[in-house]
Amino acid sequence: MRLPRPLAVIPTLFLLLVIAGYVAYPLLVMFQQSLLVEGRLSFANYSNLFDPANRGNMEAVWNSVAVSFLSVLFSGIVGTVLAFGLTQIQFPGRALLSRLAIVPIALPPLVGVIAFLFVFGESGILPRLFQTAIGSSTPPLYLSGFTAIVAIHVYSFYVYYYLFVSTALRQIDASILEAATGLGSTPWNTFRKVIIPELRPALVGASILTFMASMASFTAPLLFAGEKRFITLLIYTTKLNGEMSLAAAQSILLTFVAIGFFVALQVSSGRQVKVGRTKGVPRTGTLPLGRGMRIVFISVISSVLLLVLLPLLTIVLISLAREGSWTVQILPGAYTLENYLRLFTDPRILEPIRNSLVMGFVTLLAVILVGVTGAYLITKGVLRRARTLLDVILTLPYAIPGTVIAVSLILAFNVPTPFSGFQVLVGTFWILPLAYFIRLYPLVVRSTTAALEQLDDALLEAGASCGAGPWRRFRRIVLPLIFPGIVSGALLTAISALGEFVSSILLYTYSSRPISVEILSQLRTFNFGAAAAYCVMLLVLILAIVSVANRVAGQKAPARE
Amino acid sequence: MAVLSLHNVAKRFGNVDAVSGVSVEIPSGEFFSILGPSGCGKTTLLRMIAGFESVTSGTILLDGKDITTVRPEARSIGMVFQNYALFPHMTVFGNIAFGLEAKHVSPDDIRKKVESVLDAVRLREKLNAPVPLLSGGEQQRVAVARALVVEPALLLFDEPLSNLDVTLRLQTREEIRALQRKTGITTVYVTHDQAEAMSLSDRVAVMRAGKFEQVGAPADVYEAPVSPFVAGFVGGGNLIHGSVKEGLLFETNGTSLTLPAGFAGQVQGKAVLAIKPEAITLSAGQAGDALALIEDKEYLGFTTNFVINLSGLRLHVSAISSPETKALRPGERAHMQIDWTRCTLYREA
Repeated sequence: MRLPRPLAVIPTLFLLLVIAGYVAYPLLVMFQQSLLVEGRLSFANYSNLFDPANRGNMEAVWNSVAVSFLSVLFSGIVGTVLAFGLTQIQFPGRALLSRLAIVPIALPPLVGVIAFLFVFGESGILPRLFQTAIGSSTPPLYLSGFTAIVAIHVYSFYVYYYLFVSTALRQIDASILEAATGLGSTPWNTFRKVIIPELRPALVGASILTFMASMASFTAPLLFAGEKRFITLLIYTTKLNGEMSLAAAQSILLTFVAIGFFVALQVSSGRQVKVGRTKGVPRTGTLPLGRGMRIVFISVISSVLLLVLLPLLTIVLISLAREGSWTVQILPGAYTLENYLRLFTDPRILEPIRNSLVMGFVTLLAVILVGVTGAYLITKGVLRRARTLLDVILTLPYAIPGTVIAVSLILAFNVPTPFSGFQVLVGTFWILPLAYFIRLYPLVVRSTTAALEQLDDALLEAGASCGAGPWRRFRRIVLPLIFPGIVSGALLTAISALGEFVSSILLYTYSSRPISVEILSQLRTFNFGAAAAYCVMLLVLILAIVSVANRVAGQKAPARE
Repeated sequence: MAVLSLHNVAKRFGNVDAVSGVSVEIPSGEFFSILGPSGCGKTTLLRMIAGFESVTSGTILLDGKDITTVRPEARSIGMVFQNYALFPHMTVFGNIAFGLEAKHVSPDDIRKKVESVLDAVRLREKLNAPVPLLSGGEQQRVAVARALVVEPALLLFDEPLSNLDVTLRLQTREEIRALQRKTGITTVYVTHDQAEAMSLSDRVAVMRAGKFEQVGAPADVYEAPVSPFVAGFVGGGNLIHGSVKEGLLFETNGTSLTLPAGFAGQVQGKAVLAIKPEAITLSAGQAGDALALIEDKEYLGFTTNFVINLSGLRLHVSAISSPETKALRPGERAHMQIDWTRCTLYREA
């Protein structure tokens, strides 16, 4: 059942205004600025980008693309293996390991990168352990450059593959596998010819997310790139040098490359044809595996998940280290709670936490308002033809790297505009939650759209036939049923906003600095303990939000058989 | 109680006429079925009566009041959906109370009304059960209770029994009929199952390609179908295309049947002859009208079905099982007799 026309006009206008003012307008201003040199129309910035004499620009693009492809490949392998092992093999501790496997997704990028630095970096615990073991004067083996960045990406992004593939595996109907076995197919053959085609959409979806996230990755290159150039890093340094119109041109280039690959992957994935499923509740199938394969799988899974846990444990350990006690030792020599005490006593240190909480809350309210409105209009709006267009427009900002969004906001709102209430937003507190909002509202649009698509229109018709008007139908039928969907999008938003770093680093001022920026400055002054304590603090906040969200969504979720 | 009148109601989707010019007057308290194959427009028509689809042209009157453009929630209808459309996040009580709450009935009255309607559908003990935990038959009864409790002027059913198994379907059919008789609410019931339409209805409308082909009491529609389509759809009659020559000779594919004197002068030239399966009697011994080859036999308990071949003309035969039918075997020939009072002759359209 569609929304009555007058009820849809106001939210549609509201939504278009938000998109026009805060997404389209800044991007257009950025594009315009990229074509201006000393106030005059010029292609100088672009010719500079492609100038063979200035190889750095294109090198940065190719490095980013190469890292992205490697990240897709290795994340795919790790995530898919974990998904298989944790859905297809029964073994003690499986439930616990399944939960552990999704931990990296809740980790703010900066926390993950710092944890990696502590464990695998040049002065990290493992390289030093190895160095001591063989008695060398320098660490013989440590992660840096390309390898380190790909490793961090795999650590963060394998979760996409794990989640998508295990969901797809759970949906494979047992009768399909039984039919294959009944026709005399070997397990390997069944895997190749039956299971892999069923997993295709999941693999493509996860690859798109991983590729986009790797292209947009800023934190890992910032701390590990060394001499190598990466496009996001290049934009950051260009902005720091004050060459805003060149930064705009680089941002446009990154946007085109990112969206180009996004579209190419989406198109090449094609459309999937669903065949009829078993009537009633389908049973989940498992692939019969031999004893040897079982042991291989279980040991691979356990060691991967140990690696997942290691950086987290290290962060906790370092947060307890006395400042200055961890310089050349394998592990810190002295432990203290001082780092935590300082968090709660020093107002200068508490300020970033307060900032992040306030900005996160503001972002949350905005994404829920815009995200739910958008999702409702996509699925139930009157503009049936505009549906796909609206869907693309609403989710596109998710494909735009955070660095680009920050640059576009700086260029658009360093002068008063109607959208900023005739104020200059750059240098204020509000530009950070604005950036978070633009980056994150697509999450709520997506999760709410998915929930709304599951909603049977007949339920709304039943409501109407019982005499309930539009508002009562929305409040009593729609809202309770899509609530878990809204919560899951809002949860991801809250987690991401609290630890946001990529846009923040370009937009913050001292008084509006969020937790992530403060962590980086502690790290730069070699206060490893304080930086780690901040990270742990952030993780505790995230954990608290996750458990609250689970409770809230659990209560409202409909009872199921 | 209410009278429902449709005047030239039509619905166009793009270039397709889903419903074209349907007019009917359904008196107060009548149980009216719309029977037709899938895609004939019966559900679209029902949804227009409910207000879920806009009406392209024509008017819908309820008790003389034009409700053509009235919003569904203001129409005073109760509807039972094919998939029941129960609110999955509510209990049985919550589902049934929903419509009463929308009408701002006091909580005490809500409880009383919900309990009494649950008594009527024999589900009192499930009052606080979450609906996803109910069986299909129980969910169906909750859906009926939810539609009844608001005391609507009009009760609408959209193939409500198609998701139930055979035994449950028969039982629920009787219950729906009994509840409708008791409450006397004017009812429109959409189905593709002719047995359902026959057994429930005061009147049946047979619908085809967006139009009512015939409207009448079940017995009239069955015994005097106005067109070959109705004859074929209601009762599964054999439809034979041929032509009437020299008064009473019906010719088809090289075979000919001699029609009895009663058919004289009805049709000349191209024609369709409808023979109900039970109009044909087969016998092994005695001489009959013609000798037919038994191609197939299907024993169903009370009845036995045959497929026979009369010089290339294949006919379906249905007979009450007896020692006679038991003796007839596929591959054998049998004598065939036609009860012409159960046959109709139509001009080829």
